[in-house]
Amino acid sequence: MNVTVLANTLVVLFISVGVIFIAVAAVGLFRLPDLYTRAHAASKSATLGVMSVLIGVFFHFWLIENHFNPRILLGILFIFMTGPVGGHIMSRSSYIAGVKPWSGTIRDDLKPEIERMKKEQNIQD
Amino acid sequence: MIYFIWGSIVIVMLSMILVIYRLIKGPNPSDRVVALDSIGVSLMALIGMFSIMVDTSFYLDIILLLAILSFIGTVAFSKFIEKGDIIERDSSR
Repeated sequence: MNVTVLANTLVVLFISVGVIFIAVAAVGLFRLPDLYTRAHAASKSATLGVMSVLIGVFFHFWLIENHFNPRILLGILFIFMTGPVGGHIMSRSSYIAGVKPWSGTIRDDLKPEIERMKKEQNIQD
Repeated sequence: MIYFIWGSIVIVMLSMILVIYRLIKGPNPSDRVVALDSIGVSLMALIGMFSIMVDTSFYLDIILLLAILSFIGTVAFSKFIEKGDIIERDSSR
């Protein structure tokens, strides 16, 4: 039981979790009925999966190759910040462009907000 | 270890095939933008595992570059879908 076995175990654990999350995100993107549910699956689950895979890659290069690479940490931080922002922008722009939600949707919080914004713009004009 | 990396790469490539199906079939352009963002994310994981497999750390810069380009592409496509142009000229907002 030396250090290499422990490091390999850590790397395999992180990469397995990440690959499972990426596969679940792809299945969700394939099967879900609606744009908003699909964007939800793609942004959250795939972001967590790629962060876990990159942590595994970082530990592999740090513990086995003895090469501390801060660029992977920077990439993880960047993905952590921009993944939710990208998902939010995509969903909001497609709602404004007029994509209808699924017929089983029971609550729509953005609709009164957009009607209020349109009314304010008409008053200003 | 190398077989584990091979298996992970194969699983990620199969999930990318599912995403490419959504990219081709997607009913409206927003679905295609979602699929494109997801392809960029999967490609980052794929490049990370590929650099473990070939045992070099030179490919790791591509991950950061791909993250930035994928985010900029998502924002540009979203603004195009929302307003019809990417850089608006009027300053009334």
